[in-house]
Amino acid sequence: MTMTTTKTKPASASQVEAPLAVLAELSHRCPLQCPYCSNPVQLERSSNELDTQTWCRLIDEAVAMGVHQIHFSGGEPTVRKDLEDLVKYASDAGLYTNLITSAVLLSKERVEKLAELGMNHIQISFQDSEAANADRIGNFKGGHQKKIEVAGFVRQAGLPLTVNAVMHRQNLHHLEDVIEMSVALDAERLEVAQVQYYGWALKNRAAFIPTYEQLSWATEVVEKARKRLKGVLVIDYVVPDYYARRPKVCMGGWGRRFININPAGVVLPCHAAESIPSLKFDSVKDRSLAWIWENSEAFLKFRGTDWMPEPCRSCDRREIDWGGCRCQAFALTGDEFATDPACELSPHHEEIFGMASLEAQQEPPPFVYRKIG
Amino acid sequence: MAARAVIEGASVPAFPRHVKFHFNKQREQWVILAPERLLVPDETSIEILKMCDGKTSVDGIVGRLVEKYNAPHDVILSDVIRMLQDLADKGFLAA
Repeated sequence: MTMTTTKTKPASASQVEAPLAVLAELSHRCPLQCPYCSNPVQLERSSNELDTQTWCRLIDEAVAMGVHQIHFSGGEPTVRKDLEDLVKYASDAGLYTNLITSAVLLSKERVEKLAELGMNHIQISFQDSEAANADRIGNFKGGHQKKIEVAGFVRQAGLPLTVNAVMHRQNLHHLEDVIEMSVALDAERLEVAQVQYYGWALKNRAAFIPTYEQLSWATEVVEKARKRLKGVLVIDYVVPDYYARRPKVCMGGWGRRFININPAGVVLPCHAAESIPSLKFDSVKDRSLAWIWENSEAFLKFRGTDWMPEPCRSCDRREIDWGGCRCQAFALTGDEFATDPACELSPHHEEIFGMASLEAQQEPPPFVYRKIG
Repeated sequence: MAARAVIEGASVPAFPRHVKFHFNKQREQWVILAPERLLVPDETSIEILKMCDGKTSVDGIVGRLVEKYNAPHDVILSDVIRMLQDLADKGFLAA
């Protein structure tokens, strides 16, 4: 997730600046089964989900901390019948409200209702611009057509729209069409999100990873479109860091910008953090959000730069990328403290990315679809 | 299809629906909020942005600033247009 900001002052006397945004994962349930889902491989069941009252308490706590934005996410947040109540509650409390949805469960009436209750923005995920391939990737027949319809409802309701297109070797060749589709849908913004390889996506890496050539072509397409569509469509472009020389700044730095609450109330520094087995998380059932942000072991572990080994510790980019992605470091090296292998200074860099680039040139294997249990 | 908003003297700038220009009480700070974006404007920008109410034209905004700061009209006009055009191109402002 990208978030640009200038330096802001702390919300309280505390040394730790409050998070800018809360990611509220209302449920892990989802009608789609995208094989690159960013949820953990171990999904929470609906019986473990927080109730409405607890979410409202958390919204109050977030506002008191100085949080600016709330992203209602999942799984699929619209599976929750109380989504409308939560949107109204958050909006009335002064938060900027964003819905991150697959859209396939939304009706015209529901979109209108959300608009009326103060929803600020809706982001719809698309699996491709071509219906057959999109439905194959999400494993949901008729999904693409439904998304197109709901995108129309969103615009008719006067709500702003972001198209989130997850791109990879099995749809990257449609990138120009995805851009045209976004313009035709009258979206304000297009997020060209290349698959990031942890969790489900790592299981499916060989099916998704593009070649270096495909990626360079895509970068060129985006750059041209940005010039042509200046002031019409904002295009955010997230490249997979497998082909980068330095790691991306992940979540704006561990425990610096975002606080992620999972469906069961477990509070995570990022949505994938549960993939690191040594981390101990706290729950909103036991502690306040502010306490967790400032004291939870999982947040303290990689916050700042003190945890870093060399060569990160003395690197002049240590406060630019904040050590890259810890989940990726663990997934690829087995050591959550290791230099992110996306960095060319990592001893694993060549081996791992050599392997990935080899995978990219072979026939893609079948998908392992996301499912609960 | 939407067209690029070109800011000129007669333009009437306003925040589009997805952008919230908001005073965060806990932080005592004005911020511009958009999906996955957050800008912290400086004092001069805040003064200009408060006048972007969908009613006041750029000429109107400039007129008020010229009067208040007793500064040359052309300089202020070009500064204000540059700032607002930049925000419009990034999707933070409509006109």
